[in-house]
Amino acid sequence: MSKQVPVAEGVFTWPSDTPRLIAARCTECDNHMFPMQDDCPRCSGASTEQVELSPTGTLWTWTVQNYPPKSPPYAGNVDPATFEPYGVGYIDIDGKVRVESRLTVSEPADLEIGMKLELVIDPLYVNDDGDEVVTFAFAPASAATGEAS
Amino acid sequence: MSTSSDDVAIIGIGMHEFGRHDGVSGIDQGVISVRRALADAGVEWRDVEFAFGGSKDGGAADTMVSKLGLTGLQFINVANGCATGGSALFSAYNSIKAGMFDIGMAVGFDKHERGAFRIDLASHGLEEWYGESGLALTTQFFGMKLNRYMHDYGITEPTLAKVAEKAFRNGSMNPMAWRRRAMSETEIAESAMLSYPLTQYMFCSPGEGGVALILCRADKAKDYTDTPIYLNAAAVRSRKFGSFEVMAPHLAPERTDGPTVDASKAAFEMAGMGPDDMDLAQLQDTEVGAEIMHMAENGFCEHGEQEHMIAMGETEIGGRFPVNTDGGCLANGEPVGASGLRQVYENVLQLRGQAGPRQVPNDPKTAYTHVYGAPGISGVTILSR
Repeated sequence: MSKQVPVAEGVFTWPSDTPRLIAARCTECDNHMFPMQDDCPRCSGASTEQVELSPTGTLWTWTVQNYPPKSPPYAGNVDPATFEPYGVGYIDIDGKVRVESRLTVSEPADLEIGMKLELVIDPLYVNDDGDEVVTFAFAPASAATGEAS
Repeated sequence: MSTSSDDVAIIGIGMHEFGRHDGVSGIDQGVISVRRALADAGVEWRDVEFAFGGSKDGGAADTMVSKLGLTGLQFINVANGCATGGSALFSAYNSIKAGMFDIGMAVGFDKHERGAFRIDLASHGLEEWYGESGLALTTQFFGMKLNRYMHDYGITEPTLAKVAEKAFRNGSMNPMAWRRRAMSETEIAESAMLSYPLTQYMFCSPGEGGVALILCRADKAKDYTDTPIYLNAAAVRSRKFGSFEVMAPHLAPERTDGPTVDASKAAFEMAGMGPDDMDLAQLQDTEVGAEIMHMAENGFCEHGEQEHMIAMGETEIGGRFPVNTDGGCLANGEPVGASGLRQVYENVLQLRGQAGPRQVPNDPKTAYTHVYGAPGISGVTILSR
């Protein structure tokens, strides 16, 4: 039976009903980094710990990927006939770090700097085992989470 | 200018046409550039004491010696991303300033595959998932940096098309340029949207070409040429914590200036000059937003002033402060190893008064170059005559 597998281990918690991005926190200067890394470019320290980021944030800037990326490295659909543009943005998480991510929205009219977003897990492609490979993305926040953040 | 033994002059320039050259290797485009620079300087290859050269995809620069002549010179290959040419020039400049050599060369060439740059994730310290998820594209960074800048400083979409229209018009007057067909603002604005807010003709493309520069001690320059151009500064800087750079899975919320600001300040200090002393500039224009943002980052205006300056035609060849007189990366394409040296080549022509139909009027005496690229590196030069 096919299942959903993450594009890579250690990027987001999976499987999970409440997935979170996995980041690094410098134990010396509190700098947050994504994905996990051992060293801190802010204070030149070499001691970080793993933390999970809040699933909500605000859009700091964005663009739309309107043409199929080169493959490799891109693993999603690159067929010019069926390629679907996707948004890309930096999402400010609690003022701690800005994470680069796919956006589920790709219409410029529906994207606005400062809008509230929430983490979702999105299908990317089906691998040779028939499993659906998933990656992370941000979607417009639902009313409940929008108010909560 | 009065010269001393530790000043540096450019006495010869050579360029291989930028564009697509099927059947001509990157190395051969470099060799042709060198032969043209030697002829321009009136120097024999055996007189060149040292060289710094680089190429991203065109081959090892030092293999050119098997075609140019095995003279035993010191030849050092340089690999520094988009600042490869600038780094070769910086190294040549300092070799002469240090008194190690009297005459040498900086050379860069390249030959890239068609389409957007394919990113080597591992060499950028990035993991596979980043590329697999569709985030490893330089074009996305340019769209996002510009989108935020327009939001913060009130730059409008019509201004974007104006920058590209100028580039292709200037390129149409440059026989070495790749794209020499002038285009209307409408044609540019209505071309395919690639990465919002940037359309197809607002981006440069990876290309091919080569540039070589012959440098010597300034006090010996008049032995070779009546029109030596002096290299007053060459500086390269990498990114600091908090700057917004290409290929970054995360950014810090605290913001700081990018490497362009630092390289610019260092170069002005080295030259003992300031932005107001410059008569023209070649600024990295990977896409139209880069030219706009780099005008301010290099100190030539305040953030946001570009909207008015461009509307008034101030960056035109006949304007108050001409920018990218040869058509920039937009019209020339970007052979990474050669791109920064192409800017210096154009400035030497402008300062010699040899730029033909695109000559900046009123006898310019100073000129500025700026290159920027992955993973957050900038190179600046200041020339004078």
